Amino acid sequence: MMRIQVDLSTLAQTQWHDYAVRFLFGGLITTLAGIIAKQLGPGIGGLFLAFPAIFPASATLIEKHEKEKKESLGLKGEARGRIAASIDAAGSSMGSIGLVVFALVVSQFISRGRAWIVLGGATVLWLGVSVAVWQIRKAL
Amino acid sequence: MSQSLVRFIIGGAMVSVFAIIGDVLKPKSFAGLFGAAPSVALATLAMTILSDGSSYAAIEGRSMMAGAIAFFTYASLVSRIMMRYKFRAIWVTLCLIPVWLAVAGGVYYFVWVR
Repeated sequence: MMRIQVDLSTLAQTQWHDYAVRFLFGGLITTLAGIIAKQLGPGIGGLFLAFPAIFPASATLIEKHEKEKKESLGLKGEARGRIAASIDAAGSSMGSIGLVVFALVVSQFISRGRAWIVLGGATVLWLGVSVAVWQIRKAL
Repeated sequence: MSQSLVRFIIGGAMVSVFAIIGDVLKPKSFAGLFGAAPSVALATLAMTILSDGSSYAAIEGRSMMAGAIAFFTYASLVSRIMMRYKFRAIWVTLCLIPVWLAVAGGVYYFVWVR
């Protein structure tokens, strides 16, 4: 079984503007989702709760880091950068299955129980389902 | 205006936290799970519950399922294209945003509107 590791050295590779871009896009899409819900109703607004807001910024960052890592060893890094971004996107597609479950739990239980407990439980379920899908995919 | 500012700060912070968690995890495919974290949803739903109540948030949650199905399609396509073709990540991820819009809108229309 593949081991999950925490590598804090990647934080040093990330520059402050990379964090700023993700904060900016995250803030913008959250604000936009609220405005769309106010203007067009919660039905349309709710779609944007699963908008891939920071996906382009994150994929570009991963591609750049991997490319730089290879090039620092004197190798061509473009292909490695692309593959790393592709693998990350495959992981996100598995995480999005968990996101469907998150949305299902919220839609069914948020108005019945304590909202904060439902949100917390839905987040735990998102992680559990995502990890399970990832493990099944790895085992195949 | 002040509510939008609060949404912006909470949304930005939530997205950044999940992004940093994804940054430090290995292998890459596992870290990728956090690219689909419910960060925007948590920030938005928390604000919606406070301002409009939980019934309103339930409708948003229902539509979010369509958005999440679209996210799955979008991320799967990004992964396939990046693996097969020599395109830069920024172009692939941006050019496929209309696919997300079409799938999310399509699922929403055919399941809940029609």
